[in-house]
Amino acid sequence: MDLSVQIGSMRLKNPVMLASGTVGYGNEISNLTDLNKIGAVITKSVSLKPRKGNPPQRIVETSSGMLNAIGLANVGVEEFIKTKVPFLKQFDTNIVCNIAASSIEEYVECTRILSAEDVIKAFEINISCPNVREGGLIFGHDLRAVGEITRKVKAATDKPVIIKLSPNVPDIASYARVVSEEGGDAVSAINTLVGTSFNIYTRKPKLFNVTGGLSGPAIKPVALAKVLEIKRQVKIPIIGIGGIMTWQDAAEFMIVGATAFEIGTVNFVNPNAGVEIAAGLVEYCRKMGIKKISDLTGSYII
Amino acid sequence: MIIANAEVLQLIELGNAVFLLKVHCPEIAREAQPGQFCNVKVSDSNFPLLRRPFSICDVDGDSLSFMFNVPGEGTKTLSHKKVGEVLDILGPLGNGFKISDDYECAVFVAGGLGSAPFPFLTKAMPEEKKIYSFVGGRSSGDVITYGMKNAIISTDDGSKGFKGNVVELLEANKAILDGAKIKVFACGPTPMLRAVKDFCMKYGYNCEVSTECAMACGFGICQGCPIQALDKDGYYLVCKDGPVFDIRKVVI
Ligand SMILES: Cc1cc2nc3c(=O)[nH]c(=O)nc-3n(C[C@H](O)[C@H](O)[C@H](O)COP(=O)(O)OP(=O)(O)OC[C@H]3O[C@@H](n4cnc5c(N)ncnc54)[C@H](O)[C@@H]3O)c2cc1C
Ligand SMILES: Cc1cc2nc3c(=O)[nH]c(=O)nc-3n(C[C@H](O)[C@H](O)[C@H](O)COP(=O)(O)O)c2cc1C
Ligand code: FES
Repeated sequence: MDLSVQIGSMRLKNPVMLASGTVGYGNEISNLTDLNKIGAVITKSVSLKPRKGNPPQRIVETSSGMLNAIGLANVGVEEFIKTKVPFLKQFDTNIVCNIAASSIEEYVECTRILSAEDVIKAFEINISCPNVREGGLIFGHDLRAVGEITRKVKAATDKPVIIKLSPNVPDIASYARVVSEEGGDAVSAINTLVGTSFNIYTRKPKLFNVTGGLSGPAIKPVALAKVLEIKRQVKIPIIGIGGIMTWQDAAEFMIVGATAFEIGTVNFVNPNAGVEIAAGLVEYCRKMGIKKISDLTGSYII
Repeated sequence: MIIANAEVLQLIELGNAVFLLKVHCPEIAREAQPGQFCNVKVSDSNFPLLRRPFSICDVDGDSLSFMFNVPGEGTKTLSHKKVGEVLDILGPLGNGFKISDDYECAVFVAGGLGSAPFPFLTKAMPEEKKIYSFVGGRSSGDVITYGMKNAIISTDDGSKGFKGNVVELLEANKAILDGAKIKVFACGPTPMLRAVKDFCMKYGYNCEVSTECAMACGFGICQGCPIQALDKDGYYLVCKDGPVFDIRKVVI
């Protein structure tokens, strides 16, 4: 059974990737799962300078989902290299570094600095975080900016560049097209959907930030539709994300067009989900007579 | 920190919709320290999606107990569990209370459900240390003294014990604390913790508080549970750096 997939020059032993912001920098989750059995681990968004993140409350549970407004809390590039990268070196998996920034120059600068770290095998550029005022979202909703970021970040590194798209736009495929045209190696879709929740007795928002990003099973149908939309119009690999809890969900993402997929919120509930999903996919392929899992990608019949 | 299957041994109601759940879980029981918590998956489905955090109330050989009330769907589901059912539990999580030599007398202060971690802490306290438990509730049915030693009680409505809140109760009984080297351990609603903190600052008592915050993961990967630090710039994580903090480290 060949579970391996290819994203640019990065080869993954299986299509399971752990999504940014849902595994920290790998330390804590490595006590509860075997990272060596995962295709790739994507770090929490790193920015040039450390960020404290938003005040509490940062998290609210919703029907089969959750809202988060973490505010990109992270240790910053320097500390990341000093204290987080050495730990990640011991694992036989691909480390993908996710980068957040508040200017195009900052994206380029972060990529340039981190490119020197051998253990980092690819970059995922977060242009779509809904939870910080400056940065992220502004770029994710501007076709020209997305093109410029892709081009300039590509020029700053030899490693694959994945652009993480926002679902909070009217025509997501047009963004994927720009990424493809400017030399991006892949897109990942989707980041969280903007949502909110209010306390009906106090009439106040539950999140300090008022709005947050919705994730979890509640967003899966939306995410699937976005992946399908992109697949029908753009050739570069798509990494599907949104509400994957089981191997069945993962298979569905691959069928609609994903080359690989990321699992996020499920890690909070079942930290070993990635390993279980990989095992489930092996069984599924065997049953379906699929020899290479990559044959599943975009195999939908309409 | 592991994920274990735990069989329900007992589920009883202690008072005003407060439940005590006892499960068989040797793996976690072996490791648990007073003040730590577990993250419990209350249903097999995606609703409710996230695990629910509960203090480890007691450890008895291979079994663990949790004390909970029912503010929402998750705890309602938990309150309907039957003996013999199996729960998926992640734990033990976080840092618990410090049992150390720098005090002779442990003063427990609990408000409502804040009693939850004290049976285990009571049991773990060395014999030679004196324990006073100050336990408060809104009304007589809300005062939970399960597993606590030398309980002195207050109620807001005066239906049992001292009339007033638990910090007023502490103040009224301060004479019995005078002279001893004491340390205060507190758990309860945030306003109560703030009042306990003021009380301890006023008299120069060392104090640890057990804090709460909405959580997604419970073990440090989501960054969802910040608490403002007092001794540095930025936040601590309640699940990983806490939930028990020295009052000099955090803003309550
Ligand atoms: C470290 C820790 C230890 C805890 N120990 C206990 C315990 O021993 N016994 C006990 O009864 N409860 C404890 N709690 C609180 C308990 O986790 C919540 O009551 C529970 O998650 C509510 O779930 P629900 O689905 O019933 O309610 P929901 O429908 O999720 O929420 C109902 C209400 O509870 C509040 N709530 C939700 N999550 C939390 C939370 N994590 N902390 C505080 N309030 C919350 C919500 O804001 C809402 O007002 C603890 C919480 C933490 C963080
Ligand atoms: C608590 C939390 C924090 C997140 N932080 C980041 C982040 O720092 N960078 C990023 O690109 N995406 C972040 N995300 C988005 C996830 O990577 C993912 O795109 C999203 O959660 C959808 O997948 P899921 O439904 O499987 O969780 C975060 C999501 C959650 C729930
Ligand atoms: S609950 Fe996830 S980091 Fe604390």
